[in-house]
Amino acid sequence: MLPEKQNLNQTMLDTNQLASFKQGINDLSPLQLAWASGYLAAKAESVTSVELPATTSSVAAATLTILYGSQTGNAKGAAKSLAAKASAEGLNVELKSMGELKPKAIKNLTHLLIVASTNGEGEAPDDAIALHEFLSSKKAPKLDHLHYSVLALGDTSYEFFCQTGKDFDQYLENLGAKRMAARVDCDVDYDAEAGAWSVNVIAQAKKLLDVDSPSSNVMPLATVSSVEEKYTKQAPYTAELLLSQKITGRDSAKDVRHVEIDLGDSGITYQAGDALGVWFENSSNLVNELITALGLNSQEMVSVVGESIELATALQAKYEITQTSINFVEFWAKLVGSEKLLALLDDKTALREYAANHQVVDVVKSEPLPNEVKLSAQTFIEVLRKITPRLYSIASAQSEVEEEVHLTVGLVQYQAGDEVRQGGASGFLANGSQEGSEVKVFIEHNDNFRLPADNETPVIMIGPGTGVAPFRAFMQEREATDASGDNWLFFGDQTFTQDFLYQVEWQNYLKSGLLNKIDLAFSRDQAEKIYVQDRLKENASEVFSWLERGAHIYVCGDMSRMAKDVESALLEIISEQGQLSQEQATTYLKDLRNAKRYQKDVY
Amino acid sequence: MTDLTKENQANGPLIVEGKHADNERLKAESNYLRGTIVEDLKDNVTGGFTADNFQLIRTHGMYQQDDRDIRNERTKQKLEPLHNVMLRARMPGGIITPTQWLAIDKFSREKTSYGSIRITTRQTFQFHGVLKPNIKLMHQTLNEYGIDSIATAGDVNRNVLCTTNPVESELHQEAYEWAKKISEHLLPKTRAYAEIWLDGEKIEGGTETGEVEPILGPNYLPRKFKTTVVIPPQNDVDVHANDLNFIAIADNGKLIGFNVLVGGGLAMTHGDKSTYPRKADDFGFVALENTLGVAAAVVTTQRDWGNRVNRKNAKTKYTIDRVGVDTFKAEVEQRAGIKFSESRPYEFTGRGDRIGWTEGFDGKHHLALFIENGRLLDNPNAPLKTGMAEIAKVHKGDFRMTANQNIIIAGIASEDKADIEKIARAHGLMADNVSVQRKNSMACVAFPTCPLAMAEAERYLPGLVTDVEAILAKHDVADESIILRVTGCPNGCGRAMLAEIGLVGKGPSKYNMHLGGNTAGTRVPKMYKENLNEADILQEIDSLVARWASERNNGEAFGDFVIRVGIISEVKVSKRDFHD
Repeated sequence: MLPEKQNLNQTMLDTNQLASFKQGINDLSPLQLAWASGYLAAKAESVTSVELPATTSSVAAATLTILYGSQTGNAKGAAKSLAAKASAEGLNVELKSMGELKPKAIKNLTHLLIVASTNGEGEAPDDAIALHEFLSSKKAPKLDHLHYSVLALGDTSYEFFCQTGKDFDQYLENLGAKRMAARVDCDVDYDAEAGAWSVNVIAQAKKLLDVDSPSSNVMPLATVSSVEEKYTKQAPYTAELLLSQKITGRDSAKDVRHVEIDLGDSGITYQAGDALGVWFENSSNLVNELITALGLNSQEMVSVVGESIELATALQAKYEITQTSINFVEFWAKLVGSEKLLALLDDKTALREYAANHQVVDVVKSEPLPNEVKLSAQTFIEVLRKITPRLYSIASAQSEVEEEVHLTVGLVQYQAGDEVRQGGASGFLANGSQEGSEVKVFIEHNDNFRLPADNETPVIMIGPGTGVAPFRAFMQEREATDASGDNWLFFGDQTFTQDFLYQVEWQNYLKSGLLNKIDLAFSRDQAEKIYVQDRLKENASEVFSWLERGAHIYVCGDMSRMAKDVESALLEIISEQGQLSQEQATTYLKDLRNAKRYQKDVY
Repeated sequence: MTDLTKENQANGPLIVEGKHADNERLKAESNYLRGTIVEDLKDNVTGGFTADNFQLIRTHGMYQQDDRDIRNERTKQKLEPLHNVMLRARMPGGIITPTQWLAIDKFSREKTSYGSIRITTRQTFQFHGVLKPNIKLMHQTLNEYGIDSIATAGDVNRNVLCTTNPVESELHQEAYEWAKKISEHLLPKTRAYAEIWLDGEKIEGGTETGEVEPILGPNYLPRKFKTTVVIPPQNDVDVHANDLNFIAIADNGKLIGFNVLVGGGLAMTHGDKSTYPRKADDFGFVALENTLGVAAAVVTTQRDWGNRVNRKNAKTKYTIDRVGVDTFKAEVEQRAGIKFSESRPYEFTGRGDRIGWTEGFDGKHHLALFIENGRLLDNPNAPLKTGMAEIAKVHKGDFRMTANQNIIIAGIASEDKADIEKIARAHGLMADNVSVQRKNSMACVAFPTCPLAMAEAERYLPGLVTDVEAILAKHDVADESIILRVTGCPNGCGRAMLAEIGLVGKGPSKYNMHLGGNTAGTRVPKMYKENLNEADILQEIDSLVARWASERNNGEAFGDFVIRVGIISEVKVSKRDFHD
């Protein structure tokens, strides 16, 4: 028991006292109440042994609470920038991760802005799961007094676009809360829409909270200012690409790169578990191919956010052409009158699949523009998404590599007709850019993926494929800090000889004793497919005993299949080994998650 | 022979004192060749074997290797070398049945990285590129077809060679039976092989054996040991490359006993003059019934007297040069309880295989196929391996792998000749345009799999032979040939130290050129030039062949010519002459 807690218990009013106190203040006007609060405060100061509960201050009326539910850091980043703006406008802002708010405490809030991202198939991000569940449950309180608005982040290429944001919006409405502004659903290039929503909700909040102008005595929030970075998504650092080394064997079906980037004297710091945001440029060959297919002139000037630049430059640096939005497919279908594409518009699943498997140039080339249809360069770029940086889990610890940052990048590559198509960022990092060339980067902190504070705590790391990246960082960090806690890695990929990423490093960690156990699952080395979740189940009793002695468990990699299968394997293990019902096992895992002992970095 | 007698009267110590080589420790600690191989098989973090097991698996017929072509590439990829094993089967006399052949064909196609079968100078086949998870399956598959790989490598008596002579098939059959008997007699008796690879099952066709090693002893031999059975006038097995040789002596076509030759061996170490290739000494004749006793006596003498301090001087040839031929021979006689009688006369006339059709005394036909480098692989224009499998499906006799890395389809009835030839021709196994020079050329495996290789051999030879053919043609001796052998390192698998021109790998694209071996394989060639590159080699051969073509005596072989005219001096006694 914490001392503060005991103090609180001793000084709280008992039921009778509380009832008579409420009775006494029930009929007071706001002015009378203000006076009463001053009176009580003075009274409290004179009685030194009495400490007021810390929570009373948060009940203060004029607070705008900003809650974010964030998996990869985008929602958190948007929430932070919103908080800074609101604070600058004189609002009293409290910024929190949903995970930091006790779900029940939501009834204490009066003005709330939510920024929420959505996981793969419409699931809430880890830090939002508890609140999300609570608000849709029978336990959820009436929230008539709450004013709110939701900014939902998502990706139109997924079926359940912005689902988590939509859910929060719906739940709050169901509980009687009042929208101060309509929800905005953003696609991956969310900056402009998020910005417009921010301006709108801040204006609404100022009206509701009766804040007129910035007041000089409002201090910038500590939580906002302390994480403010010199280099950000909007103002990235121009780093040097040192190395892009293929680390899969020559007969591998995959091309995975170990990328080393020099952060120079930027002063950028990061922790094991963080991600690196990488701005990339599209390949000039691809841009030329696209412009030729469109019959446009690469030197034609187009206007991009008020700036006039050449079409080729715009397509190379400003717009997304390696990922196709369903909006683009729709636009193109109608423009060229393609029956094949028009038919897709009625089948969302097929449409999404088509968009996911065709780069913009392939859509254009497979359904060419008829001669009689005119398309201006400006019209074309405006239907494209703005280019957005890609986030990669960092594969190094600064304690080991100092001013460098390492990534493990799976090169997205496939054949489209006669052409080889590559992913925008992975292609840029793998071979679109020469070693020694520049790359614009920023750190995306991820407090949802952190080594245990206690160095003696054991960790279980589950990271097949490029999901192994942060665990390389973890091991470097554990080594540098002489952490005595046990380490257990589960890794898997297609084949042992070709795809055992960082094999020699794991062998050395095993030899030195830093890595206590490694379990490997190579799916294509035998007739039956074996995956990491199978290895987990094979080691059920030991996995459970590690959990029972306080191990943290980390999962990184593919979200839609692997992370799900791993989670059901964990539930199975917990239920079997702990002799718990399914429900109890779910609670066990939820408790682990709430205690930050079960953390995921999945994509 | 008087000068030789003097050389044979060495009187060094019978036992070399000093700190034993580390291999002695690992054999002693191996619990009769078991080590911790079983644990290593379960370790799926590495494709290799660790510590002592890396050496111990050799006694089970395997070498750990890796694809050296991509070793550096994989280092950059943060991947360990592409570890795999090479397996060398135990096939005394190189006889394999069509059923066995189809089984190894299937395994090599499905479970090896290279998809090939390699016929080797040890008259057996090798699998190259078997990954750890497939090793047990490999042994179990072989066992199912009556094949094992016990003691085909390591400090033991290795696969016993036997002249592949299907023409005088009755004598050959007897000699072959002896090769099998000697192999079995000198085999390790430990059950380690069966336990580790066959899950403790009894080896098919083997005998129930106990734990002790009455012949090899708990520490096994100081170094590798090679044995042959040879039927003159063929010397296809190259007796002087072997520690122990039984030269078949027949009386009216019936085998009556053997001349015993001891102490041959070709391995040496670059820059170490205490090492040299050496011919075997003739100990004399023994009657048939004493064969196994003499074999065991030679092995146990070498076991007890061989140098266990310095592995580079541990082979039988050095033991004999240290204690003297007479001392060694007397010890063998004492241990075997016999006296060698005077050697029976015999003559070696050649070492090559008779490529093409021959007819045996029993009316059966034999087709010897020339397999370049012994490599059976489906090449784009010559699906050799498929061809062999197709023949195996219809052939009623057996196959004989030769010490020259060729293969003989033996025991074909007259009525089946045409069918077999048709298949062979359709798959590129019979080509009429293969020159005598090509048939008399040989190379070891070397790159990319052999970890010892310093230079290319198998991949270098075909082109080299083409160039040499052109040189012979240029000097109007296109029908002649020179015994030409390339070996990637000085350890001798390619038997370059019994060639007329022997090239020994020194470094990438660098070879030492030796001259002066003879066609019968009874003379060791001496180093002529050091560190030659491919261009230098062709230039040297060109000028040497030019002289040979114009100055030679009638019918004089190249190796004899270079000694007669003083281009190189003859190696009579290796210890004295080889480095002189």
